[in-house]
Amino acid sequence: MLNVGKIEEGFVLDHIKAGKSLAIYEHLQLDKLDCTVAIIKNARSNKMGKKDILKVECDIDMLDLDVLAFIDHSITVNVIKNGEIVAKKDLVLPRQIKNVIKCRNPRCITSIEQGLPHIFVLADEQKEVYRCKYCEEKYAESAK
Amino acid sequence: MRHLMSPLDFTTEELDKLFDLAASIEKDPQKYAHACDGKILATCFYEPSTRTRLSFESAMTRLGGRIIGFSDAASSSASKGESVSDTIRIISCYADICAMRHPKEGAPMVAAEKSGIPVINAGDGGHQHPTQTLTDLMTIRSLHGKLNNFTIGLCGDLKFGRTVHSLIHALVRYEGIRFIFISPEELKVPDYITDMLKEKNIPYEEVIRLESVISQLDLLYMTRVQKERFFNEEDYVRLKDFYILNASKMELANKNMLVLHPLPRVNEISVEVDDDPRAAYFKQAQYGVYVRMALILTLLGINV
Repeated sequence: MLNVGKIEEGFVLDHIKAGKSLAIYEHLQLDKLDCTVAIIKNARSNKMGKKDILKVECDIDMLDLDVLAFIDHSITVNVIKNGEIVAKKDLVLPRQIKNVIKCRNPRCITSIEQGLPHIFVLADEQKEVYRCKYCEEKYAESAK
Repeated sequence: MRHLMSPLDFTTEELDKLFDLAASIEKDPQKYAHACDGKILATCFYEPSTRTRLSFESAMTRLGGRIIGFSDAASSSASKGESVSDTIRIISCYADICAMRHPKEGAPMVAAEKSGIPVINAGDGGHQHPTQTLTDLMTIRSLHGKLNNFTIGLCGDLKFGRTVHSLIHALVRYEGIRFIFISPEELKVPDYITDMLKEKNIPYEEVIRLESVISQLDLLYMTRVQKERFFNEEDYVRLKDFYILNASKMELANKNMLVLHPLPRVNEISVEVDDDPRAAYFKQAQYGVYVRMALILTLLGINV
């Protein structure tokens, strides 16, 4: 098995659904960070069969991980300091998501207004329903 | 600075104040005739809507203010590709308050975010039309005397009718409202509305024929059933008469039942009903002006 070394400080995002790591890399805008990122695809997992893992070497305050709760609840976030897991971060559904998903309602103003961010607001926490801030159209899971 | 995007932007207490002001205007319009002297209302209508626009213009004129604006996108800078954000920044330099209608849902909210003046949503696609809902509530309050403890029948196209959806959302905030939804199967009120009513324990029933329930109603809110909403011609022909209010159906109704309609009416209310004292739909248009006058004063923070 391929070995990727320990990180000193940062995050290990474990139990990512196999094949989803690149989408998460983009959502977290890791391309914009000047730090070490390891993307492990299709790692063997007892629980999941196959899984992806992301290791990010960075200051632990640098990343906004709330969006992960929206993308995939099952992801485990391990917070690493001095090479050890110091905490497992609970993922909380963000109240608002900006420019992560797009409103697909063709009648929505976001479809024509230049430079307007796509903002979704958490409308029902229990049912995990997000609605477009502007047209209030419900975000459909299939479009994720 | 406040805007009006949805009828739920105002609490019921704030609505009470607004309706009290509208009632005071109705009683003594002269007192308010110069309340907006020197103020300008911009009516930015990216799609035509004669009644709503004229109602706003009448409201501002009756307050002594002036009007600027456009009545369709072709005569505005939108035809040159200007964004809503840019347009409102410019309009903010020209006017003190803006009423905006736009075919795209959420456009007035984009305007409100960039605006230096209060923005009123005068209808955004199939999304919201809050001043229609305020008009409906004001009419009910004025003619029925209260906004609680009544049975309201909503009849016609309950699936696509945004005025119906907004009115339901506004009425559930009051005590003792019972809803009866009268529509063909194809045009039933959407599930998310009935789910919301169940959740809040608000009584409702769904029926197909108006005659079967009209005697139970304190208020009847009529909407148009459009032919193109039906899957086939046969169903339309079979069902359309169920949703036409005429004198014989009115005979079955309670003597105080009020008939409301957001207008324009096509044939869903026979003209023979117009002279019935229970027909409130033309008075509704009058209340629409009073409530818009009250709204303009409130958003401009003018006390008379």
